[in-house]
Amino acid sequence: MSAIASRGLTLGYQRQTIIEGLDIELPYGEVSVLIGGNGCGKSTLLKSFARLLKPVQGVVLLNGADIQQKPTAVVARELAILPQMPVAPEGISVRQLVSLGRYPYQNWMQQWSSEDEAMVARALARTGLEALAERPVDSLSGGQRQRAWIAMTLAQDTGIVLLDEPTTFLDLAYQIEVLDLLRELNRGEGKTIIMVLHDLNLACRYADHMVAVHQRTVFAQGRPDDILTEALVKTVFDLDCRVIPDPFFGTPLCIPFGREAPP
Amino acid sequence: MRLMIAAAVTALVALASLCLGKVVLSPLAVLRALFGEGDQSLVFIVEQLRLPRLLLAALVGAALSVSGLILQAIIRNPLASPDLLGITSGASAAAVLYLSSFAAVLGQRFIPLAAMLGAGLAVLTVYLLAWKQGASPLRLVLIGVGISALLAAATTFMLVFSPLSTTLSAYVWLTGSVYGANWAEARALAFWLLALLPLLVVLSRQVMVQQLDDGLARGIGVRVEWLRAALLMVSVALAGAAIAWGGAMAFVGLIAPHIAKRLVAAGFAGQAAMSALSGASLLMLADLAGRTLFLPLDLPAGIFVAVLGTPFFLYLLIRQRH
Repeated sequence: MSAIASRGLTLGYQRQTIIEGLDIELPYGEVSVLIGGNGCGKSTLLKSFARLLKPVQGVVLLNGADIQQKPTAVVARELAILPQMPVAPEGISVRQLVSLGRYPYQNWMQQWSSEDEAMVARALARTGLEALAERPVDSLSGGQRQRAWIAMTLAQDTGIVLLDEPTTFLDLAYQIEVLDLLRELNRGEGKTIIMVLHDLNLACRYADHMVAVHQRTVFAQGRPDDILTEALVKTVFDLDCRVIPDPFFGTPLCIPFGREAPP
Repeated sequence: MRLMIAAAVTALVALASLCLGKVVLSPLAVLRALFGEGDQSLVFIVEQLRLPRLLLAALVGAALSVSGLILQAIIRNPLASPDLLGITSGASAAAVLYLSSFAAVLGQRFIPLAAMLGAGLAVLTVYLLAWKQGASPLRLVLIGVGISALLAAATTFMLVFSPLSTTLSAYVWLTGSVYGANWAEARALAFWLLALLPLLVVLSRQVMVQQLDDGLARGIGVRVEWLRAALLMVSVALAGAAIAWGGAMAFVGLIAPHIAKRLVAAGFAGQAAMSALSGASLLMLADLAGRTLFLPLDLPAGIFVAVLGTPFFLYLLIRQRH
């Protein structure tokens, strides 16, 4: 059974079809990365995996069952999503933000339990934010803020975490920090991570499973070593490049050519 | 801690309002009059004239302020207030319509009912028009502004074609006034607000998550549309009732929550309590100014809300800059 799968999935807005008739399986316990050009539909696909978008046709299966049939709170206990550029409520502290992740475990009767408290403390510790817990989220640096959001998804205590471009607008050091953290969560706690990334080389380094989205469907998927080729980059991104093994990590390294011909 | 200071300030403002007026009383005399002791004419002034008016002002201010706080959260816009979504303009149009067409026959006592109906209808219209696979905050605001402008035009139209006496009483109502408040009115509003209180407590947890964008909120399992509609209803009920008995008191619902947010940390319960206190104080002060500054004239409190609220708000903003 896959963490997330789709059968005959068609997605679109109004009359525009974004994804058509897609069958996909995203494996348990791995880091899957969606790549593709701007507007190819990878973010839309990610949204449908989190039930933020209703399929025009077909189904999304979350842990083997149709996601549309599951109650909202159940979905939120199995899967967490961090959209692109999330906005925090005005003046909220890091601890309050992380506490929001416990929402699906609360109801009218059960307001705030010691387990909620423990999960929030654990999420703060896991992301190294204990010292900043009482600070307002607005006052954090970009990398710290992204860690606070990730901590919120951790407090949600789900087996699956979806992230839409979690490294956008972060400088290189913070990008690595965030990706390292996500990999640790995957290796250490067996979380299934599914994310959209723009940087092909970082995607190759951190992905166990890579999915290239192109022309309303999946163009190729598999281990980065197997699928990331010069031909794929040419088709999916319409870009000439050379792909060589990364001298340190061995994963594919894509060197794009511009208008200038390579020497 | 800050809440306690605010509560003390509110109590002081209330005491001052009871002391000052055409007849100036000492705090001691006021306290004695409250217990029915001393000169019976003073007891009458304090218990029958000043106290119900004071309570009505406090309740109207508190209700408008909490309503504004909720709206600012669900609309995710610091400029949101009951004035922006058609609550005030709907109530105004209905009240003026009532004053110009029915008041001659039925008297003025049904104005609150007309105003509440108007507020409810206006917001319902805004909500239905904003619906497009859900009512997004942005569409709510834009359509709210549009409907408000339309209703304001209708109100002006009715005023122009009404006899002068109607226009005058309508104008006082539109400015917002607690003049001539009696116990029946204060009690009616108090019961209404008490009835809403449990709903407010139950929904309080939802206010914070409404401030997340829809994707995030749904991601943590929030049924965004339902709760947004429920919170909108609560804030309409709060502001509608306040306006019904206090008139179209503009600006309180915008500025009092902002004053509160500068004074206490994020978190709905604390901010709501602080908003209620700051709204109550603001309106009590405004009414105090209205009835004492230009004696023997008794001016509508609505005139002084902005005059008093804005400088204090600017002071808080400027102090925060450093």
